[in-house]
Amino acid sequence: MSSLLDANERFVALADAIAARDAHPGDAITSLRETGRAAFAERGLPHTRLEEWRYTNLAPLSGLSLEPPSEDGRIDRSLLESLATPVFACGLAVFINGRPQEALGGLPAGDVSLTSLRDADPGTAGRLVDVKQHPLAALSAATTEDGIVVQIPAGVALEHPVHLVFVSSSPDAPSVSSPRVVIEAGAGSRAVVIQDHVSVAGGHAHFTNAVTEVHAGANSDLQLAVIQREDDADIHASNVAVHQERDSRFASHVITLGGRLVRNDLNVVLAGSGAECTMNGLYLGTGDRLIDNHTLVDHAVPHCTSHELYKGVLADDSRGVFRGRVVVRPDAQKTDATQQNPNLLLSDGTEIDTKPQLEIYADDVKCSHGSAIGRIDEEALFYMRARGIGQRDARALLTRGFAAEILATLPGEALAEALTADFVARMTGGTGA
Amino acid sequence: MGDTLLEIQNLHARAGDAQILNGIDLTIRPGEVHAIMGPNGSGKSTLAGVLSGRPGYTVTDGSVRFEEKNLLELEAEERAREGIFLAFQYPVEIPGVTNNYFLKASVNAIREHRGEESLDAIDFLSMAKEKMAIVEMPKDLMARSVNEGFSGGEKKRNEVLQMLLLEPKLAILDETDSGLDIDALRVVASGVNALRDENRSMLVITHYQRLLDYIVPDYVHVLAEGRIQRSGGKELAHELEAKGYGWLGLDEGASA
Ligand SMILES: Nc1ncnc2c1ncn2[C@@H]1O[C@H](COP(=O)(O)OP(=O)(O)O)[C@@H](O)[C@H]1O
Ligand SMILES: [Mg+2]
Repeated sequence: MSSLLDANERFVALADAIAARDAHPGDAITSLRETGRAAFAERGLPHTRLEEWRYTNLAPLSGLSLEPPSEDGRIDRSLLESLATPVFACGLAVFINGRPQEALGGLPAGDVSLTSLRDADPGTAGRLVDVKQHPLAALSAATTEDGIVVQIPAGVALEHPVHLVFVSSSPDAPSVSSPRVVIEAGAGSRAVVIQDHVSVAGGHAHFTNAVTEVHAGANSDLQLAVIQREDDADIHASNVAVHQERDSRFASHVITLGGRLVRNDLNVVLAGSGAECTMNGLYLGTGDRLIDNHTLVDHAVPHCTSHELYKGVLADDSRGVFRGRVVVRPDAQKTDATQQNPNLLLSDGTEIDTKPQLEIYADDVKCSHGSAIGRIDEEALFYMRARGIGQRDARALLTRGFAAEILATLPGEALAEALTADFVARMTGGTGA
Repeated sequence: MGDTLLEIQNLHARAGDAQILNGIDLTIRPGEVHAIMGPNGSGKSTLAGVLSGRPGYTVTDGSVRFEEKNLLELEAEERAREGIFLAFQYPVEIPGVTNNYFLKASVNAIREHRGEESLDAIDFLSMAKEKMAIVEMPKDLMARSVNEGFSGGEKKRNEVLQMLLLEPKLAILDETDSGLDIDALRVVASGVNALRDENRSMLVITHYQRLLDYIVPDYVHVLAEGRIQRSGGKELAHELEAKGYGWLGLDEGASA
């Protein structure tokens, strides 16, 4: 435990160093930092005796001597274009190591408003995430440097996605960045937001610790794609908290293709009746990477729907963790909730810990769940080989087929194509495919 | 002529732990159509599997030459690229991979092996369209996942479409007729016949004589207990149909 205690002290000192770099008492960031620091100082990093962290040991994180992020990201426009996922966007914001880069972003935002968290009202961020329950979100708040507030005005339908690109780079020492995204979807609005995490190759490990808060107004329609495509040395934590009002439709697409250690928390509260939520996820494990998805959907009121499908592909010695909680409160009658977690294991060295957790306190509900662990279908493999397709290509094609169910639902064909190509490249780059 | 496409000599093979093929001799020359008939469980699919390189079989004796090569040394995909095609008795469903993508990958794998340029999406589509018309394949089946939710007849048409696209030297059809109504059977047969020429050979496996009214064979062989019990011309099929497999002193009478 002593190393964990050391790490906790180091991380608090890190938060203080970051806060000292640019203090603006009274703004939204300062209040976020203060709450986060207090919660983190009290509880520290989670350990594996906590149920929520049983399968995910944060030793790779606690062992890092993290520095505040380099302010000189050494990134120009052409590097940015080669890293970012190609999206034809109506609004673009670029962050390097958690700090906004006005010079690199700056597409005309049109109907959507993109504001730096620094310029937002105090209290804009932090409303949906209880930092006492989420230790990494507490650390994120304590170490945040900035964030972005995406506001889609009531009744506005955006024609193209809002593209938020987060580039991380640790050229001189391991470092941290903790970007905050706040999305406010006005009543009756419609939008797609792409949260795109990439990193500059080489250098040291980077720890991205992102928190996203989504306020889905009544009858709004919002799709959020969280794309994690960092280097295999990097660590990524993501906490997405969603609050859905009456008749809103929200869909998340969490696509994890990179990162040595990735922990995703997705918490959705269905707070207004008639709300619908779709949670799609795809994770690819290669090498000895670990990818952990914890999701929670809280059916707080009657007549809501949630559909969750997370698919995992694990190669080499990688590990996957999936825990999906569905809570149906006593008066949440007529709830319709489904959850599926199929996993495709490409080698014997892989491990998956998958666990659904349904807590149903209402009686007139429709709930189903299932998890599955499968291998490449040998009959399908032979079918492809009998058509001249080589063993390796056939395996890749079958694996791609398994992932297609998620990739095909991504908003926008260009996005789906780019991520499919990256998925295939990373999968075949591993020895397991 | 003396040229031989496929030469099977004294072939013995096991499926899993069971000895199934007990000494098969068969020679196929370019342009010939051979039919293999036999009761259920006689080893027809085992023979097709051994020839196409399906995992799970062990050859315990004998040899198979295809053109100048020792066929048994080749991987399944190498056999396909050399020109062997197996139409599956049970075509496989592949979720998430569109028929179009699969067929294009297959055609290009074989073109690459032949030293030909690979086809782009547009060239492939125009080639596929022509062949789809022959087997009366609805267009929307190309955009769907391979064989997923296809009817029995659509699956078999898809097999023949693949054969038309790949233009093999030797096509092995494993009960391509089973489960087809007469219209589907005619479509499938016309697809097969479209490919017949003096250089292409076929091994048509069937349980029933019916298919052979449409695909008229040069030779008919009766397989039972892992051996070819009898060989003859196309009239052998009619004789079998009339008298049943019991006529040859075999256990299982086909109730065709
Ligand atoms: N993997 C296997 N292990 C053991 N026996 C098998 C295996 N595969 C097939 N068989 C048996 O081999 C025999 C021949 O099967 P098959 O070649 O499929 O016959 P056919 O196609 O003529 O109906 C059958 O009795 C079948 O049960
Ligand atoms: Mg058979």
